[in-house]
Amino acid sequence: MTFFTEQNLVRARTIVAQYPVAKSAILPLAHLAQDQHGWLPPEAMAEIAELTGTTPADVLGTCSFYTMFKRRPCGRFVVSVCTNVSCLVLGGPEVLEHLEAKYATDPDVTVEEVECLAACDGAPAMQVNYEFHERVTPELAEDVVEAYKRGALRARTVSGSLPA
Amino acid sequence: MNETRIVTRRIHERPDDSWTIDGALASGAYETWREVLRAGNPDDVQAQVTESGLRGRGGANFATGQKWSFLPKDVFPRYLVVNGDEGEPSTFKDRMLIERDPHQLIEGIAISAYAIQCNQAFVYLRGEFALGYDRLMQALADARAQGMLGANVLGSGFDLDIVVHRGAGAYICGEETALLESLEGERGMPRVKPPFPAIEGLYAKPTVVNNVETLSTVPHIMRMGGAEYAKLGVGRSTGTRIAAISGHVQRPGNYEVEFGCTFRDLIYGLAGGIRDGNRLKFFLPGGASFQWLIDSDEHLDAPYDIDWVQQNLGTTLGSGAIMVFDETTDPLAVAYRLIKFYAHESCGKCTPCREGTGWLAKIVYRMMNGFGRPEDFDLLVSVGSGISPDVDIAPFTQTTLCPLGPSAVSPIASLRKYFRDEVMARLQETA
Repeated sequence: MTFFTEQNLVRARTIVAQYPVAKSAILPLAHLAQDQHGWLPPEAMAEIAELTGTTPADVLGTCSFYTMFKRRPCGRFVVSVCTNVSCLVLGGPEVLEHLEAKYATDPDVTVEEVECLAACDGAPAMQVNYEFHERVTPELAEDVVEAYKRGALRARTVSGSLPA
Repeated sequence: MNETRIVTRRIHERPDDSWTIDGALASGAYETWREVLRAGNPDDVQAQVTESGLRGRGGANFATGQKWSFLPKDVFPRYLVVNGDEGEPSTFKDRMLIERDPHQLIEGIAISAYAIQCNQAFVYLRGEFALGYDRLMQALADARAQGMLGANVLGSGFDLDIVVHRGAGAYICGEETALLESLEGERGMPRVKPPFPAIEGLYAKPTVVNNVETLSTVPHIMRMGGAEYAKLGVGRSTGTRIAAISGHVQRPGNYEVEFGCTFRDLIYGLAGGIRDGNRLKFFLPGGASFQWLIDSDEHLDAPYDIDWVQQNLGTTLGSGAIMVFDETTDPLAVAYRLIKFYAHESCGKCTPCREGTGWLAKIVYRMMNGFGRPEDFDLLVSVGSGISPDVDIAPFTQTTLCPLGPSAVSPIASLRKYFRDEVMARLQETA
């Protein structure tokens, strides 16, 4: 065990104990790993396998199914822009296009096109590290991302947890 | 027309603190739970819920009491799993209920778990709902501190533990057997049914899976009495429903209404009609998975009644979401975006869905962008029929384990029914 910090290892064992079958803890432990590390590296998956009595291949098999798990390094800020139908007709694609161009080479910001975020009454909607921002325009969306970058808005982790 | 606020009452009455333990207790939270424990009759809870006529609010509209009754007698442990993986495009009512009234949900879980005599519940919460997770975790801690959960709740001898399990970005996990796979730490792929979850669900134990809105309604049924609740609504669509209205309307939002009103009441009444003085073109009456309706008196004046709509209009009220599009909308663009969604979210287990949704998306993409061919319409129907054999009634026929793939055929059926001439004219033009 070398990946999780001592404190997170305690939390990890508490999470495993919540389930009748340890394998159930793979998803929550992968979230915990991302909270700690900013993405989900192979060492984390190996340790999650040990903690859940599975193999690293089991953990990779499960985690590779889910889009929230980043198996390559990503920016400190994951910006998710919805372009599903309610956002499609109210300007979501324009927001996405603007942010993708603006942050194409910015290592701090990863811009993603995502599916419906269940915020259709606030379309077009986006999230930054899973915090909602609604009724955005390309300019407002950029302002929001910039506010996170300079620390004016406090960001959640890349898995959406509150910062420690 | 007005809303009938039952499940959304606290949210409207206490906009500043409905999600806190103080706000919730001040507006009657857990009183029904206390009452149910005092009465000590789980069978009566089941009977009341059955009598209320409550049907699942996730999208399938299956009778909740009947679902509970499928659990085999005397097989323990058994589990209650809460489906909080709201991901159906245009649906945003469960997120509101989780973020803004988590105590109502917890009370509903507690009463329902008691009814089916289960001591362990899991809430499968959509991974992207970060604020919802924070609020629900805080609410659970506060409910435990109040003695509403845990061992020997309020001295009743009944134990109940609730674990919140975050998903990680997969629409398919809203399908109940895929959800159970995901909760077991697997890839979220639907299971072959039977066995149904009531017999072999989570960890192969008897399991009930209920939606957030469904469970949030249960305390009100017990407070009012099943018979009284059943007086609300129309026919077998009893009670209220949260209609999530979005798109080109003046006032998008969640509106709780009694079944039996009309689509016109919802779109032109509560949601204020179409934006910018434009005309309505078409609307999705029950989420993204079902066939569309159009700007006609027949459709707008249709009763908001699950069975009537299904029998007469070939679609359904589904997840309760109504998405509205005005005359400026290209129906091919909407069809493409919806089909692309299903293609992206296909888990890949069943060949017709894995391959077919991608082909549908490609063909509609070229039609939308001026590269379509006159024969493309028939080609779409042909590919679609490989996933949902009777395309006219898509998604209600399927060659797949779950309805995800067939749902990608619904836009095709809708285009064919209502926009064939418009689309064909474009195809002839570009041919």
